[in-house]
Amino acid sequence: MISKIAWKNTWFKPLNTFLSIILLTASVSIISILILLQKQFEEKFSSSMDNIDLVLGAKGSPLQLILSSVYQMDAPPGNISYTEAEAWMNKPMVESAVPLAYGDNYLGYKIVGTTENYTKHFDLKIQQGKLFSKDFEVVIGSNIAANIDLKIGDTFFGTHGDAEEGEVHDHHAYKVVGILTPSGKVADNLILSNISSVWHMHDHEHEHEGHSEAAHDHSDHQHAEGEEHHHEEVNPHEGKEITAVLLKLRNNMAKMTWPRIIPQNTEMQAASPALEVNRLFALFGVGISALTYLAYGIMLISGISIFVALYNTLKERKYEFALLRITGATKFQLLWLVLLESIFLCTIGFILGIVFGRIGLYFLSVSSQEEFKMAFDPFEFLWKEEGMLFVATLAVGIVAAIIPAIKAYSLNISKTLA
Amino acid sequence: MIKTQNITFSYSATQKFHFPDIDCSNGQTLLVTGNSGTGKTTLLHLLGGLLQPTSGNITINNQDILQLNAAKLDAFRGQSIGMILQKSFFIEALSVLDNVVLASWIAKKSKTKEKALSILDNLGLKDHVHKLPSQLSIGQQQRVNIARALINNPSVILADEPTSSLDDENALIVARLLSDLAKEYKSSLIIVTHDQRLKTLFNHQITLS
Repeated sequence: MISKIAWKNTWFKPLNTFLSIILLTASVSIISILILLQKQFEEKFSSSMDNIDLVLGAKGSPLQLILSSVYQMDAPPGNISYTEAEAWMNKPMVESAVPLAYGDNYLGYKIVGTTENYTKHFDLKIQQGKLFSKDFEVVIGSNIAANIDLKIGDTFFGTHGDAEEGEVHDHHAYKVVGILTPSGKVADNLILSNISSVWHMHDHEHEHEGHSEAAHDHSDHQHAEGEEHHHEEVNPHEGKEITAVLLKLRNNMAKMTWPRIIPQNTEMQAASPALEVNRLFALFGVGISALTYLAYGIMLISGISIFVALYNTLKERKYEFALLRITGATKFQLLWLVLLESIFLCTIGFILGIVFGRIGLYFLSVSSQEEFKMAFDPFEFLWKEEGMLFVATLAVGIVAAIIPAIKAYSLNISKTLA
Repeated sequence: MIKTQNITFSYSATQKFHFPDIDCSNGQTLLVTGNSGTGKTTLLHLLGGLLQPTSGNITINNQDILQLNAAKLDAFRGQSIGMILQKSFFIEALSVLDNVVLASWIAKKSKTKEKALSILDNLGLKDHVHKLPSQLSIGQQQRVNIARALINNPSVILADEPTSSLDDENALIVARLLSDLAKEYKSSLIIVTHDQRLKTLFNHQITLS
């Protein structure tokens, strides 16, 4: 019955209630979005990084190299010579090496030339069809199959570069031969082919349209192809370029020394994903902490608003409290009544916050899926973190209500009624 | 049934009250009159256990209420004493019916919706039970107060100026209603008032001075 009074009182002054709940909802939804984002972001980054000790790529920013090769999120810093890379790929310390060659995209989805090592390395399974075996055969990620309705046997033309709008390579069509099982990794949004498809796609152009060299010489994005093509070379790979190589090493020593040795002796660099991603998280961390402080600040303000609302109504409500006392209510029941009203507000604010946070994350996910091919799951519940958030919200409510509650507790009924 | 002996009370060293003894049996009505400042409300609060007398004792249904600790006194007040106040106070957010049911819930931990409905019906408020108290007229509000005071079949009904805000006709109606209800519920009714209109109605009277 006390809870019924508290509940009814909560809605009796809807404006006060509304203000407090809006503030609480805002702070809880921001915090819950941040909690989910941070966790899922780190999870995605860490799962894609599994098994990769070093990435070989063109000299430049190591973070850019990692982002482009491991996460497919940035343009690569440049290309490397296949023969030069091959020398390192074949060293005995290398457990597995996955070469990557970028060149084209289809509707914004990157077409990556690689070997079947890619699927082994990331433990990818073929859901339908088979792996690419011939040139221009591709395996597509599950998201692509779902989003743009590509089926096995379908063909499409790639667009040059990594922008959706670009020069279309209409000489060779890619043919879908397989669809990957959803893995939650970047491969869900990739189109995989063999490396020579990428080379041929671009060689072909040069055979027939030698004049397009200049058109390819964009400085803002890189090609998988070389700037020069020596078709007369004996070694079929001589002069060919790839973008990066993902390496898993047997030897811890090599993990430590290669990042130093390789740039000294070659035109390449070797970057460690773990190191770069940690740097990235540290950068994000500052922004996330700032937002978190902001959200807790809003929560503090909502606590103050609850306090003011409860405190202001004390004067008019003291008769109500006196009345409860003369009908036999104990002091403690009055204390509980005031606390309960605040707890109700906080619980409603928390629930709405969690719901709106999920809705917010859903829209965020839709736009990040479009822009970065990275989706977030709004329906994941982090019981521990969000439980802590609930406890924090309740604590704000209880602290805000404690002074008004004590005032109600220690009300002098005789004086009030005299 | 309520009895007092030699109760005294002081708010400060200079202001001392010494109240005449009261003896009011079940079904009887006692009218306590006196001018402002003679301690009428103070006496009522003492009888209701809202104030502690400096000395003396107050016995309700053979229970010396001054021997009870705070929590027991709260419970005893809820179960055995019905108070009707000069102004009508309500839990504004609750309906008329819930305001009455609330009193029985707090005192006895049981909801007596049926009984509350029959008392309200008895007091002519049948059509108003689901309204908010603020939607009723002053006279109707006073009747809701009476219903709330009666819901637990109290041994003692304490009424503080129950008629002062009512016109002559309604004042007499409410006073008679209270005294009839006290008889019906076998409660002792103590009315504290300066309302001269009531003096002719009751023969059992005490005047404070």
